[in-house]
Amino acid sequence: MAKRYKGINQLSTGDKALVALMIVVPTALVVGLVWIPAIMSVWLSFTNWDGLGSFSDAQFIGTKNYTDVVSIYPPFWPAIQHNLIWLAVMFLFATPVGMLIAVLIDREVRFTRFYQTAFYMPVVLALALVGFIWQLIFSRDEGLLNDLTGSTIDWYGDPRYNLWAALVATSWRHIGYIMLLYLAGLKGVDPSLREAAALDGATEKQTFFKVVFPVLAPINIIVLVVTVIESLRAFDLVWIINKGRNGLELISTLVTANVVGEASRIGFGSALATIMLLISSVFIVIYLRIVMKEDAR
Amino acid sequence: MSRPSSEDAYLASLVPASVRAQRFSRRNLLVGAGAFAVTPALLAACSSGSSTPAASTSGGGAATGTVSLGSNQSDAVPKAAVAAVVDAFKKDNAGLDVKVNTVDHNTFQEQINNYLQGSPDDVFAWFAGYRMRFFASKGLAGDISDVWGNLAGMSDAMKKSSTGDDGKQYFVPSTYYPWAMFYRKSVWAAKGYTVPKTLDELMTLGRKMKADGLVPIAFGDKDGWPAMGTFDQINLRVNGYDFHVSLMAGKEDWAGDKVKKVFDTWRGLLEIHQADSLGRTWQEAAQSLQKKESGMYLLGSFVAQQFKGEEDDLDFFNFPQIDSAIGADAIEAPIDGYMMAKKPKNEAGAKKLLGYIGSAAGQDVLVKADPSVVAANGKASTAAYTALQKKSAEFVASAKSIAQFLDRDTRPDFASTVMIPAIQDFIKTPTDVDGLVKKIQAQKLSIFGS
Repeated sequence: MAKRYKGINQLSTGDKALVALMIVVPTALVVGLVWIPAIMSVWLSFTNWDGLGSFSDAQFIGTKNYTDVVSIYPPFWPAIQHNLIWLAVMFLFATPVGMLIAVLIDREVRFTRFYQTAFYMPVVLALALVGFIWQLIFSRDEGLLNDLTGSTIDWYGDPRYNLWAALVATSWRHIGYIMLLYLAGLKGVDPSLREAAALDGATEKQTFFKVVFPVLAPINIIVLVVTVIESLRAFDLVWIINKGRNGLELISTLVTANVVGEASRIGFGSALATIMLLISSVFIVIYLRIVMKEDAR
Repeated sequence: MSRPSSEDAYLASLVPASVRAQRFSRRNLLVGAGAFAVTPALLAACSSGSSTPAASTSGGGAATGTVSLGSNQSDAVPKAAVAAVVDAFKKDNAGLDVKVNTVDHNTFQEQINNYLQGSPDDVFAWFAGYRMRFFASKGLAGDISDVWGNLAGMSDAMKKSSTGDDGKQYFVPSTYYPWAMFYRKSVWAAKGYTVPKTLDELMTLGRKMKADGLVPIAFGDKDGWPAMGTFDQINLRVNGYDFHVSLMAGKEDWAGDKVKKVFDTWRGLLEIHQADSLGRTWQEAAQSLQKKESGMYLLGSFVAQQFKGEEDDLDFFNFPQIDSAIGADAIEAPIDGYMMAKKPKNEAGAKKLLGYIGSAAGQDVLVKADPSVVAANGKASTAAYTALQKKSAEFVASAKSIAQFLDRDTRPDFASTVMIPAIQDFIKTPTDVDGLVKKIQAQKLSIFGS
């Protein structure tokens, strides 16, 4: 049945319709599910819509939501700070550790399969579940950690510690994710490259940093992007802990608290969402620039 | 025996004030007759994914088929109580089936806007006060005035508290419960504690309990709302009921001396409150009282749910007087109940169910299964009440003025996005009251628009 493709004019009407459909449907989905809601969110952020009744009830109130967010909304600046800490910890700690573990496992140490499974297991769990599992460890009165150390620190409740407790839990999962991504990349490295490096007298360290790492450039970018995306959309874990209040404020939880709850400050929440969109765009632009440079080369 | 008449008096004092307070809010201008839009997908995408229960009914004729009931009573005891009422209702109405969709209490409240604009259950649980009138004025609840035509035993005041801004009824009260200081009689008898009447006596008692190795006042505010009760109680004692109503209506200065005094008084009391409250749920705090690790607990009488089988040992006292000029005769007793969806799939069945929920017979079944609450219907039998229920009913009846609760008396957006973080901030850093109240006031001006 399969015909060899020789140009658009050789396609039958049915095939042309199919091609058209294959273009139109995804476009409609992207426009309808991504672009229109995104643009509407930006538009709503300049209104005071309360989520009830039709859009036409929304009143345009200029940039009031934005000035309110930055000037009189106390959780906003802590949230920005927490998001940045989150990004920094993921980027400087969890991701490098994940890569390191991948490299170690790739060297075929004993029980490789066991380690691989053990580190990857958290990734298949939903973040909400991860939060619950760590609750068993961090709980003030019944938790394993306080049981072993005899401390009475309220790991999830005390705002001095709970961000770090949440970061430990999220790193636990993130490390496995990065490990698997990187391991897949390492397995794809041509062994002859390593042999050549070894013949030229390169040390293990030199082989990795001067030969393997540059070869893995596409994987590195994916790891970088995954890290940034995971950090910015961090939400489930802190929401399950305490709804993102009391030391665990993140932009995403503030958006939810304002938009989804009975509060229904849709306009105000949309302003927060737009701010999050702008922050994400910075990283998206950086990513696109790198990718396009790669392609141009 | 004096209960029905004095209860009417209590309810009469309660309703007009709150109705008056909220009569003409900015939001009421937008009464869209049934026109509603679905929240954009992107905005909803952040939700934690708890699905709203799907109403599945086959639209039968007059009072047959299935009625769906959306319940927020997710805790074990009240959940069983709802089931008991539904069973009794089904026994009386052979042609009707009731499908109960129970959603976690907090989730239910968070999803309520989307729930009501989507496909809500025919009958759904909700609260009296500003929150009921708000949905009624938005056209999201069904007019059930004809149910009220056949509802015997409900006082006029209960009817008023079920009436929307347009004069029609949208709500059937089911139960109410008072907020007070709860304690275990056995613990107090063993240690020889006596009920404190003033703030100083409360402090003295607290220090004595500390010396005895008890946590004086159990405290948990992980969910954000229980500490609102503490704020309300102190506010009612320091500034009185009228100030509470007008503060909740957005007519007072949050940065003024009166609110500052509430927080300052509270700060003085924090040393006899359980530490690390922001990581503890009210259930956990109640269990510390149940395990005799703490001496007392300021909460609604639903605290009894954590004392299954030991309710007899539970007693309560009114929050002590702080200012003798203000007294201690204002209390909080929120009313819970049910509303009907705007377009129920089985209207006849829904109204029949609501009629039963509001009836004395239905409420007898309910309060028997959940002895932590008191029936709203004046004709409901008090004979089977536990000592705690009897005391609750008398306590409420003897109060001069009754508030609902911070998050039921004011705008939900203000209560949840401003007051929850603000009160948690206060508990975290109780020293910066000036900065705190200024932040609240700035947000209040922005939200209330004045």
